[in-house]
Amino acid sequence: MAATAPRPTTRKRPADASRRRTAGRRDRVQWKGYLYALPALTVLTVFLLVPLGQLVRISLYHWDGLSASTWAGLANYTEIARDPQLRASFGHSFVLIFFFALVPIALALTLAAVTTRAARLRGVSVFRAVIFLPQVVAMVVTATAWTAVYAPEGVLNKALNTVGLESVNRSWLGDFGTALPAVGLIGTWLEIGLCLVLFIAGIGQIPRELYEAAKVDGAGAVREFFAVTLPGLRGQITVALTLTVIAALRTFDLVYVATHGGPGNATSLPAFEVYNRAFNTGQVGSACAIAVVLTGVILLLTFLITKLQPEDDGS
Amino acid sequence: MSDRTRPARPRHLATAVLAVACLATAAACAPGPSGDSPKSAAKSNASPVSTDPATAGKVTLTEWDQNTDTGTNASTAALNKAFMKKYPNVTIKRVSRSFSDLKTTLKLALSSDNPPDVVQANQGYPDMGAFVKAGLLQPVDRFAKAYGWNTAFPSQLLDLNKFSTDGKTWKTGNLYGVSQTGELVGVFYNRAKLKSLGLTAPTTLAQFETALAKAKASGLLPISYGDSDKSPGIHIFGVVQAATAGKDEVRKLVFNDGGAKWTDAGTVKAGQTLRDWATKGYLSSGFNGQSGDQAAAAFAQGKSLFLVDGTWQAATLAPKMGKNAGFTALSPSAGASPLTQGGVGLAWAVTSKSKHPDVAAAYLNFLVDQQGMQVSADNGNLPALPPADYKPAAGTVQADVLDAWTAVSQKDGLLPYLDYTTPTFYDTLTAAIQELTAGQLTPQKFGETLQSDYSSFQQSK
Repeated sequence: MAATAPRPTTRKRPADASRRRTAGRRDRVQWKGYLYALPALTVLTVFLLVPLGQLVRISLYHWDGLSASTWAGLANYTEIARDPQLRASFGHSFVLIFFFALVPIALALTLAAVTTRAARLRGVSVFRAVIFLPQVVAMVVTATAWTAVYAPEGVLNKALNTVGLESVNRSWLGDFGTALPAVGLIGTWLEIGLCLVLFIAGIGQIPRELYEAAKVDGAGAVREFFAVTLPGLRGQITVALTLTVIAALRTFDLVYVATHGGPGNATSLPAFEVYNRAFNTGQVGSACAIAVVLTGVILLLTFLITKLQPEDDGS
Repeated sequence: MSDRTRPARPRHLATAVLAVACLATAAACAPGPSGDSPKSAAKSNASPVSTDPATAGKVTLTEWDQNTDTGTNASTAALNKAFMKKYPNVTIKRVSRSFSDLKTTLKLALSSDNPPDVVQANQGYPDMGAFVKAGLLQPVDRFAKAYGWNTAFPSQLLDLNKFSTDGKTWKTGNLYGVSQTGELVGVFYNRAKLKSLGLTAPTTLAQFETALAKAKASGLLPISYGDSDKSPGIHIFGVVQAATAGKDEVRKLVFNDGGAKWTDAGTVKAGQTLRDWATKGYLSSGFNGQSGDQAAAAFAQGKSLFLVDGTWQAATLAPKMGKNAGFTALSPSAGASPLTQGGVGLAWAVTSKSKHPDVAAAYLNFLVDQQGMQVSADNGNLPALPPADYKPAAGTVQADVLDAWTAVSQKDGLLPYLDYTTPTFYDTLTAAIQELTAGQLTPQKFGETLQSDYSSFQQSK
């Protein structure tokens, strides 16, 4: 979107570029550029920014969604800090980040390193497609399928039985100890394909010469991974991290279908609380406050993650 | 992957400025109607009622219902068709949604400029109370008088659809709707298995517990129970609490009549009882991770002796189990009359902005008069006022359901659903029951959790 302004030789000579910026000519060009963006901006304003403004506004009121509202000030926000259940729901979403982001990225890095080394094998593309499939399936379908897997008499427990682990059997989504990790593992399963596809594409962009040089220097597979592959994938890792962390924080449908936040409130998440309070319990102000805080947390984390992005990423 | 992905700094700034500007403009007004008290109360009880929709000219009535189950869906469709046949000038537009979908979308529909004419509103503070408070429903007292609903319905049933105009006090004040079906929570049992254990259908909590112990000892699962969708917990707890806390205490708690606490002995004892059932293995293993539907299916397959659920399950169980399915409601003690959660189905109500309240009321009457009740019964439902000649075949679950309904409703044994208590009570109670049965909350703490929700609602009223 930002590619409209003409870009002469600025990249090579940064000092020259900064002088140009002060000259004023570039400003004029930029403002004309905004005309192109105007239609998109209008849509963005009407459908995103205005509702966002209303969200912030409503979060300052006590409102049941129907009757007249009363001014609440920051009460809805202090409630988030005070209510242990709400605090817990934010805590749960940080646990999910581990399962949605860190685990899949680690696994996908390993898988990517292995599959690219085995690139000459037959059927690799089928394998990749299968791993990417979870991304394609609707979340509701995923959640329903996994609920059946985790059920007291589900596939998982049956599989454990066949290897003699009856003692481990439990109702995975109904047990206070395992419900949240069980939900998290569904996320791992979901996100791993996305990470893998990103990393495989990234590895394709790493110049072959680097690998050859590593080989010449006598690096083994592990050494090669840490010396060449991992640094070469920094950009992709940042993208993967951003996408998966956001996915973890805004998880709603998975929990809505699989556990309704239960057992007790063991798997309640901020996004689920937003829905529940806005549409079920008539606490619209509180729901909006949670949504605002959640948005803030997501923006903050995304910002921090972009700091990881390499300053000079190739080309 | 180049500078294309990184916008220049001034754009960030411009976006931020724009965003702040938008926030400021959007923030101009407070949410919700501005302070005015309910609008349409004025036109309520005075004007004369026209009971003949044929004279109303061309009318389109929009109705929203939650009748998506086989039985209720069929009866609603049949009655709508019959009404349009009788009054060709009236067209009925039906919008049917599942209970939870209706619960979440009805608020938005009602507060829009063009709400439906007739809606099914759930009783209690969370729904009907909130609608009345916001002035979205109109009182139907004058229609009740004109059509005789006042005398046809026992006051105990009619009161469930009453609210004070400010929506703060339930069961008193204006009438805001009428109900077509009746419902009851109780114990479904497997006749053959009960007989093989040498037992008869339990009628008290003590007998029920004896049967549970006997079933467990013989290696049969006593109760099919799955609470992952959270609502079955309310029902099983309600059945126990009715027996341990008694009629007066439960009513005081739910109707906010004062003088009772959720930490009182009866409620705590109910919590203890349910907890014991869980620890003794009377409930399906892993119940918090199993859905209510799975539990009902397991019961229908003969995997357990009992299922604690509402009469709305009868239509699902009957075809699968035939005469093997039975239903009973429990009494607190031998000789006492049965006591359990139940009442009338969602109230059919007329919205404030309806342009044809008289036609809407005639439609309501069409649903709940003797013929309407008959059509409802013909489709396998339990009508709120069973017609005199409604006699399900003996030995069927429908016959048991009708017997239990007659016994409970005629002897003042109906107790309100517990989630009516406060707008957030469903949430609090369902989560607390999962924690209680999993051993995360002691019965005492369980009571305190409920009491704290209850008292914060009392303070905010």
